[in-house]
Amino acid sequence: MEFNNIEKLLERYFEATTTVAEEEMLREYFLREDIPLHLKRHAPMFQYFSVAKEERFTKQVPLKPRKKSYIKWISIAAVSVLVFGIYFGRNYQEQREAEYAYQETRKALSLLATNLGRGTEKVAYLREFEETKQKIYNRN
Amino acid sequence: MQQTEFLNVVLPFKDKLYRLAKRLLVSKEEAEDATQEILMKLWSKKKMITGYNNVEAYAMMMTKNFCLDRLKSKQAGNLKLVHSNYKDENVSLQNQLEVSDSLSWIEKIMEELPQQQKMVLQLRDVEQYEFEEIAELLGMSATAVRVALSRARKTVREKLVQKHNYGIQ
Repeated sequence: MEFNNIEKLLERYFEATTTVAEEEMLREYFLREDIPLHLKRHAPMFQYFSVAKEERFTKQVPLKPRKKSYIKWISIAAVSVLVFGIYFGRNYQEQREAEYAYQETRKALSLLATNLGRGTEKVAYLREFEETKQKIYNRN
Repeated sequence: MQQTEFLNVVLPFKDKLYRLAKRLLVSKEEAEDATQEILMKLWSKKKMITGYNNVEAYAMMMTKNFCLDRLKSKQAGNLKLVHSNYKDENVSLQNQLEVSDSLSWIEKIMEELPQQQKMVLQLRDVEQYEFEEIAELLGMSATAVRVALSRARKTVREKLVQKHNYGIQ
């Protein structure tokens, strides 16, 4: 039919001035069997494009529905709980240690105090003795 | 956005992403991985997707950038792409056309084209994009796209003729 037409289209095709519709015409034309010899050398190119368009992506894509974000938030919460726990736990520990130290000091001080009291009692006896001694001396 | 809804959005153009990735990365496995990566990125951005009126263009752009980055890091790492899968696709159609050799030649010829021409040819002659769409996708002017396309088509024609002649001699 349209050798001239096709030739003209081809010329414009290689200058890249054809429209998508015209290129579609060319592609369809070259899929036919009865292509004249002088045009036949262009056929593989157009046939290749048609074949290349048939290629499909067949791999399955694993789409995870939202789980990811939940895990993220849970981990953030867990970490914050852990950090607060450590912080306040340490505070509590320190307080307990301070209390223990206070108790120990008090115990030690009271021990000292009782021993000191006993010491003064003895000194009281000594004074009594001294007074009696003085009395005896004075009498003599 | 639910999974089925997402798939409905993505389904019409996922093969285009794959074909562009395969054109750039050559290897089938690499292209599959790249496409999967892109789809997963889209899935993670699914809230943003609803705001885009042209998800396909956005996805194509992502694929292009992803593949170019891949290629760049490959070159830096001095790794060679493995491609041993020229003839496994569409065997029946090729046999039917009885020009299987010529078809795989064209694939090889396209491989040798400069990256930009490769992409222009892929987008125009395989995916039938308009010049404006290609220009936007590749960040070129429409005229530059036209020039690159013309060059790419002529190169393919010349190399094909060359190979035919060698075949005869």
